[in-house]
Amino acid sequence: MIIFDRVSKRYANGREALNNVSFNVHNGEMVFLTGRSGAGKSTVLKLIALLERPTRGNVLVNGRNTQALKPRHIAAFRRHIGVVFQDHKLLPDRPVFDNVALPLAVAATPLREIDKRVRAALDQVGLLGKERLLPLELSVGEQQRVGIARAVVSKPPLLIADEPTGNLDPDLSREVMRLFRRFQDVGVTVVVATHDLHLVREFGQRVLALEGGQLIGGAVDTLPSVVATR
Amino acid sequence: MSLAVSGSRHLQALFGSLGRLARNPLATLLTLLVIALALALPAALRLLVSNAQTATGNFVNAIELSVYLKTDVPLAKAQQLAAAAGQRADVAQVRLISAEQGLEDFRTYSGFGAALAALKQNPLPSMLHVRPRPEYTSSAALEALRRYFSAWPEVDLVQVDSQWVMRFNAILEVLRQLLLIAAVLLGVGVLAVVGNTIRLEIAGRRAEIEVTKLVGGSNSFVRRPFLYTGVLYGLGGALLAWGIIAGAIALLGEPVAKLARLYGSRYVLSGPSPPEVGVLLGAGVVLGWLGAWLSATRHLRSIEPRG
Repeated sequence: MIIFDRVSKRYANGREALNNVSFNVHNGEMVFLTGRSGAGKSTVLKLIALLERPTRGNVLVNGRNTQALKPRHIAAFRRHIGVVFQDHKLLPDRPVFDNVALPLAVAATPLREIDKRVRAALDQVGLLGKERLLPLELSVGEQQRVGIARAVVSKPPLLIADEPTGNLDPDLSREVMRLFRRFQDVGVTVVVATHDLHLVREFGQRVLALEGGQLIGGAVDTLPSVVATR
Repeated sequence: MSLAVSGSRHLQALFGSLGRLARNPLATLLTLLVIALALALPAALRLLVSNAQTATGNFVNAIELSVYLKTDVPLAKAQQLAAAAGQRADVAQVRLISAEQGLEDFRTYSGFGAALAALKQNPLPSMLHVRPRPEYTSSAALEALRRYFSAWPEVDLVQVDSQWVMRFNAILEVLRQLLLIAAVLLGVGVLAVVGNTIRLEIAGRRAEIEVTKLVGGSNSFVRRPFLYTGVLYGLGGALLAWGIIAGAIALLGEPVAKLARLYGSRYVLSGPSPPEVGVLLGAGVVLGWLGAWLSATRHLRSIEPRG
């Protein structure tokens, strides 16, 4: 599903965010992307969602080389990726329903279909019945779940999440992770960037550990050494 | 995308734009007013020209060339000349007044009948009253006609009557040019007003645009509501301009009719015709759309989502 082939990324300000990073994520797999802030986790996710382009190397997503994608095809490309953010990026002046419906609206889904699928997505994250509320009328955990509902409403084959539990307490964090696992169970490829190593250990998925822009571990059993470096 | 689906998308965007405009009534109204004034000015100028034209429409028929023939030209020759002139495309009518008829008229109307009886021979020449077709009453066309008659050896003098009508037509021509210039300048003004309004709105909705692009919204999807906003501004401004003009016509109607009556005319001020209203509304829509398109295309490109 995702192939990073000797990828380096240097930002315009000269900061080298990734240095010669290579890894694969298989179809239907769920992996954690760990490392301290500044280690390059967000850059990896940005390269996957084509918010940035690599300076060197190739990023293949869903069999497509993102380098070769023309600007006018980026929108369609992004519709196959669900993205969850730490700050969830909801539109505060739109009700929950509109927020979740946005990915369907941009894909010109018929209205009746939108209605059905938004309800289904909200049901999956346990927020059915809150469609008409504004995001600010919800708790932080609920807001994050709205963000997740928006990411999965168009049933993308790939779900990426950047610190989705960053603002949540341990119980809510666990709940969110379980949600991601449930999407993996139905065949969605999931990449979660997090620095919460307790949670990572608890869920026992493969871990891609980044440090200083380099990959220092790509399997679950490297985890203890990563923990030791904290 | 099926037609029905794209139709409903467009409707949604349209109502979304309407809702946003309604949420900011004062700012919206001010923008509409500026657009309306910019559209009303050339429209009013256009009405001024067309009304002046109608009011003076009868004068066009009053334009005549008096072609005086030399006194030694025989009647048969004069008739031949009149027939030739009547063949011309720019001539509507040629009336020949023979020397005898002229003398007769003079005797009847001038009151010098007795004095004329003392003359041994008729001092009057034959003459042609030439009325040009209405579409050939510009000063250039009249000058061409004058030169045509002057070139005949039988012609003594060509007098173009109603010089002032030609001057008036020249003034109208100036006004028409002025109208064109005003329309272009104010049209650019409408583009700028709509473009700037859209730019501000884009800046205010930056977060929303970023998120929309993030979930796969194409540039044209993101642009669509702004285009509707532009069209609504243009259409609203044009409707308001129509209202302003209708109000002005209503206020001016009575005084103008009174003035016309004093000149023995039954002329009444006429408002814009349905095609003219169509042009006004169409111009509003097109300018609004274009202003929004230019602004949105330019400013939306710079907004890309950051993770």
